[in-house]
Amino acid sequence: MPLVLNEEQNMLKDAAKDFCGNNTPISQLRKLRDDKADKGFDEPTWQQMVELGWAGIIIPEDFGGLGFGYMGMGVVMEECGRTLTASPLFSTAVLGASAIMNAGSDEQKGELLGQVAGGELLLALALEETPHHNPYGATTKAEKSGSGYKVTGSKKFVLDGHVANKLIVVARTSGNAGDRDGLTMVLVDSDAKGVKVTRTFMADSRNAANIEFDGAEGVLLGTEGKAADVLDRVLDTGRILLAAEMLGSSQECFERTVEYLKTREQFGVPIGSFQALKHRAAQMFCEIELSKSVVLEALSALDENSDEIAELASLAKARLNDTYNLVSSEGIQMHGGIGMTDEYDIGFFMKRARVSEHTLGNSAFHRNRYGETQGY
Amino acid sequence: MGTLNDFRMETRAWLEENCPESMRGPAAVGEEDMIGGGKKQVYKNPDAKVWLDRMAARGWTAPMWPTEYGGGGLSKDEYLILQDEMIRLNARSPIGGMGFSMIGPTLLDYGTEEQKREHLPKIVSGEIRWCQGYSEPGAGSDLAGLQTKCEDAGDYFLVNGQKIWTSGAQYADWIFTLVRTDPQAPKHEGISFVLIDMDQPGVTVRPIKLISGSSPFCETFFDNARVEKQNLVGQINRGWTVGKRLLQHERSSISGLNSGGRRGRYDGMRGLTDVAKEYVGLADGKLADATLRGEILVNEMNQRAFGLTQQRAMAESESGGTPTFATSFFKYYGSETGKTRLELQLKAMGTQSLGWEGDMFSDEEKTLTRTWLRSKSSTIAGGSSEIQLNIVAKRVLGLPD
Repeated sequence: MPLVLNEEQNMLKDAAKDFCGNNTPISQLRKLRDDKADKGFDEPTWQQMVELGWAGIIIPEDFGGLGFGYMGMGVVMEECGRTLTASPLFSTAVLGASAIMNAGSDEQKGELLGQVAGGELLLALALEETPHHNPYGATTKAEKSGSGYKVTGSKKFVLDGHVANKLIVVARTSGNAGDRDGLTMVLVDSDAKGVKVTRTFMADSRNAANIEFDGAEGVLLGTEGKAADVLDRVLDTGRILLAAEMLGSSQECFERTVEYLKTREQFGVPIGSFQALKHRAAQMFCEIELSKSVVLEALSALDENSDEIAELASLAKARLNDTYNLVSSEGIQMHGGIGMTDEYDIGFFMKRARVSEHTLGNSAFHRNRYGETQGY
Repeated sequence: MGTLNDFRMETRAWLEENCPESMRGPAAVGEEDMIGGGKKQVYKNPDAKVWLDRMAARGWTAPMWPTEYGGGGLSKDEYLILQDEMIRLNARSPIGGMGFSMIGPTLLDYGTEEQKREHLPKIVSGEIRWCQGYSEPGAGSDLAGLQTKCEDAGDYFLVNGQKIWTSGAQYADWIFTLVRTDPQAPKHEGISFVLIDMDQPGVTVRPIKLISGSSPFCETFFDNARVEKQNLVGQINRGWTVGKRLLQHERSSISGLNSGGRRGRYDGMRGLTDVAKEYVGLADGKLADATLRGEILVNEMNQRAFGLTQQRAMAESESGGTPTFATSFFKYYGSETGKTRLELQLKAMGTQSLGWEGDMFSDEEKTLTRTWLRSKSSTIAGGSSEIQLNIVAKRVLGLPD
């Protein structure tokens, strides 16, 4: 369990920091929001990220990726988190790629992974049906039809759902909502007949969509009725990489706040000299230090294919949910009135914090799950 | 890697051969759990002395100290292997105390060659036990306000004044102290760090009974106590620097930082979740009290994250965990989380956790009552939590005074 980065990972991190600082500052997200940009991200910027190889970091070299591992993807996500970069990296190069890598046939992997790494294909995981994360809760039906499957049902909060070319739909071929058995992943083209995509506008100005399937035809991804195990791995990969993004955002939000405490004066002194604020800042520092450790440990568990992935994913996601929530709330409070203005960037962190928190499991979900892995 | 593996195999074999059976697992009832050494130490179980002498002969009571001062001369990796192998056998630590965790490391940093040769080997062997003379009745969190006077009397110094919260002073042979050598100078600049032999008429120790019923702390009085000049550590009036360094070692010791996040030496206490399973019970594989389960999970997950952070600090520090201002963060978080853990243990065990004496309560239950009470000092001693947060805010975050 390397809890420190190696030289190559540090270089990648520095490169990502430069790129995001120069190309995807928060002003870009602000502009995308204000313009109600169709895609919700900037296509030329995304293609530059693809050029840098980011879309293929976790994809093995044999399939056209970089094979640079999860720690590598983690440092990129962390730097994207610092500037709240809007891009399909998470939906496509993390969740989508991971689903194809874990469940795809050799043929599917050969065909699709290269396209992901090359920036030619966007993927979205269509999982949730309710406002709460519920990995085995699918009621959307998949029925065998010829060589493929027909999907009927509705999905919510599909990340990048309105820009994806292909949808990975978690559907049910047998059993009831909540059963692990009977879940099946079906790959559906988003322009297939019977697919209706409605973009949702979320508080964080990032992409999601609600999608209705009415007998839409797709092909099997993995084994019929046995998607739960693969899904666990895909979701844990997503939880850990999202935690890495949240770590970057938490650090940036905290650093901006500490800087404000040093410069804003009231009663003739910097407000950072007040003990009521100092202690809270120091406590946030502690939470962030612990957050760094759990993210690094979870990323290396993925690289090592360790048997602790599930518990570490829950440890990391629960902690980053709480840390990012705290740091973003305190960020607003400590900035005072100016923190409430749209003109000031600090509010963007709080909006993103809450959407991330509810993505792939809130803290209650992950604490409960952690307890289950520990036998109590 | 081959040599490290050889070291592991050799260490394993040596420990199996040399660690007495009765030094494995928790101490028997009535036997001391932790040996502190020194001239006043009574070894209720003679095996404890055998174990200490064998480990000391290899320098493994202070595994990373240089061999010329009696230490083991181990690298960080070797030290971690030794810890692993001791945990594997459930071997109890042969000796501990402030000689190892505080004054020894400080002398390695600031002592003269002569001071190191004089004092360190006696710590390693367990011959001399140390205690700490820092706080005074009027100088707690404001430590630099200390008033104990130290005057130049020609060939030696004379010390007059009072220290308080001198842990283990009634068992100690020597005391390291912060004393005022220049009452006129600004408060941080008139302090010196001196080592005092307690075996003299000018030193008196009175134990203080605490809420846990035990007396781990004392008051220590100095009435014309004599200090030889070679026992001044660092320069005269520059003792604050030495004293702060020692505090970093103390904090890293309280927080468990110097054990590199290992599960900790064997302390005979069961884990929180095991206790909760027994006293609260399981329903459908989960603790039957859902609210308590949630609180326990928060604490367990914080503990795990904290342990990983200790490991990360070790990994980041090429020099094997040299304490920095980060020790304040570890001291704060480790002690607060530990205190919460004991409160949760009380919630899990209910009234059985609050027995004071008598046969209606098991030894484990009565020990918990006292451990819980004692834990309250962990966020006060060695600089309170509030002081640690001040230090993080100032030294790490750079927030203004």
